[in-house]
Amino acid sequence: MKIGVLLKQVPDTETRIKINGDANGIEEGDIKWIVNPYDEFAVEQALQVKQAAGGEVVVFSLGSSRTLDAARTALAMGADRAVILDDAGFAGSDSLGVSRALAKAAQEEGIELLFAGKQAIDDDAVQVPQIVGTLLGWPVATAITSYEQDGDSVTCKREVGGGETEIVKVSLPAVFTADKGLNSPRYASLPGIMKAKSKPVKRYTPGDLGVEVGADNVQVTTSGYHSPPPRPAGRILEGELGDQVKELVRLLRQEAKVL
Amino acid sequence: MADILVFCEVADGAVKKSARELLGKAQQLCDGGDVVAVVLGDSLSGATEGLGAWGADKVVTVEAGILASFVPGAYAAALHQVVEDVQPDVVLASASLIGKDLLPRVAAMADCGCANDVTDLREGDDGIEGTRPLYAGKVLANVSFEDTAFFTVRPNSFVIEDIEGKDGEVEAFDADLEDSYGYEVVEVQSSGGDAVDLAEADRIISGGRSLKSAENFGILSSAAAKIGAAVGASRAAVDAGYAPHSMQVGQTGKTVNPSLYIAAGISGAIQHLAGMRTSKVIVAINKDVDAPIFQHSTYGIVGDLFEVVPMLEAEFAALD
Repeated sequence: MKIGVLLKQVPDTETRIKINGDANGIEEGDIKWIVNPYDEFAVEQALQVKQAAGGEVVVFSLGSSRTLDAARTALAMGADRAVILDDAGFAGSDSLGVSRALAKAAQEEGIELLFAGKQAIDDDAVQVPQIVGTLLGWPVATAITSYEQDGDSVTCKREVGGGETEIVKVSLPAVFTADKGLNSPRYASLPGIMKAKSKPVKRYTPGDLGVEVGADNVQVTTSGYHSPPPRPAGRILEGELGDQVKELVRLLRQEAKVL
Repeated sequence: MADILVFCEVADGAVKKSARELLGKAQQLCDGGDVVAVVLGDSLSGATEGLGAWGADKVVTVEAGILASFVPGAYAAALHQVVEDVQPDVVLASASLIGKDLLPRVAAMADCGCANDVTDLREGDDGIEGTRPLYAGKVLANVSFEDTAFFTVRPNSFVIEDIEGKDGEVEAFDADLEDSYGYEVVEVQSSGGDAVDLAEADRIISGGRSLKSAENFGILSSAAAKIGAAVGASRAAVDAGYAPHSMQVGQTGKTVNPSLYIAAGISGAIQHLAGMRTSKVIVAINKDVDAPIFQHSTYGIVGDLFEVVPMLEAEFAALD
């Protein structure tokens, strides 16, 4: 079975984000880049499916020239090869453009099952996997926390809020997006890291894929980056603990009016 | 002038109250255009009542067996057909698990763009624009659209005062749907009572690793119950096994936007702040006066949560 993983390189969660001069992106100089944490669950699930059902795991990543580093992490974990979309023609694409490129690349590679993280922690768009599935005409199960495959039928769990868990049954081919809790991603072994360096990497340009993408083909423009307004200085209450609690409830009620 | 379509979620046979915020905001933005509520389900009798009072000029319903539970492909097909029929300038939904799953698909089917989780909407130079948090809220950005604008709105983003009621005349729409979308909801398991959904909660009490055990989260639940609050947890508490991931608030957990957020024994790591910084009022309870959470809170109590939370519960219980 040909299993694909959509993977994105993102800034580390502890990174201090600085807005660039054009206010349409961030300063990328000092950033430590990591594999999007949710995508690690996706890679792990793909590797587990391969272990059980055989086949190969292909990592797809669209981004700048350094996106290959993130794909190498997945190769070191055990993925077989990578498809990298780092041509300048992809730059500036919106979610729809990115999805068109990834869907076409997955099609070109004959992918039959796709995993992705439930969202990327940089732009938090929560769009690409659902759109890729829609473009491919495949069902998409988002934010899954368990995965059991039986032939071409998959049963998975989704935490839908309010303490409820949905159990859904999905027919392959399909797209699944991983939530934390799906599995425990393996670490790359040293031999794995060495082997990753020689695993095949393929590249496509927008022309190869026949997709109209990039900054000139966007439906959504994201601009005017700014910092959120600082919160006004808070108030540390004083006095006996019991009195502080009474005062707090009074403030919540009369000043803040939230009780 | 903008015609605005509002996707209204249904739960337990009634439209969810998140629709009130969306319809009210749509009325403020439409500038004489139509606000159309769209409701999908298998049997919607009674579910659409009151949508006029919330600001819907019209209500479009699509009833089909396959819409009984959230089958994303079926919902997307139905909503797309309504969009094609109504030809709105803007489509709104709540930034719930369902909304964020559904709207990008429908936008893509219509060759349009979508922005999830917007916290503001306004009239721009070229149609309705939004504000969207990026990098878990460390950055805000404006989003504008070439064509129909699809937005999911973070719950509790707008304060909607009483608005003038509209007709809310109901019209059934006959959607052309398949028998199967390769996706079936087999079962819904409920883990406990009427737990409030964190992402939509208006009040939240969260605990950190200093709760020391899963059992001790009970003191938070007990206080929370007195004010109808949901209970959340920091990543440290989840990683330590004191709370399930579904309760995690933060960059790799849920993003919440309540009017009251009480952080008990949470130091205030960037990871956690990212998930709750837009809360209107933040209360910090922590033994460590230097905990970063105090710099982000509206009110702070320096003290042991095991002493403070039970006192707080008693005060909550005494509220009329």
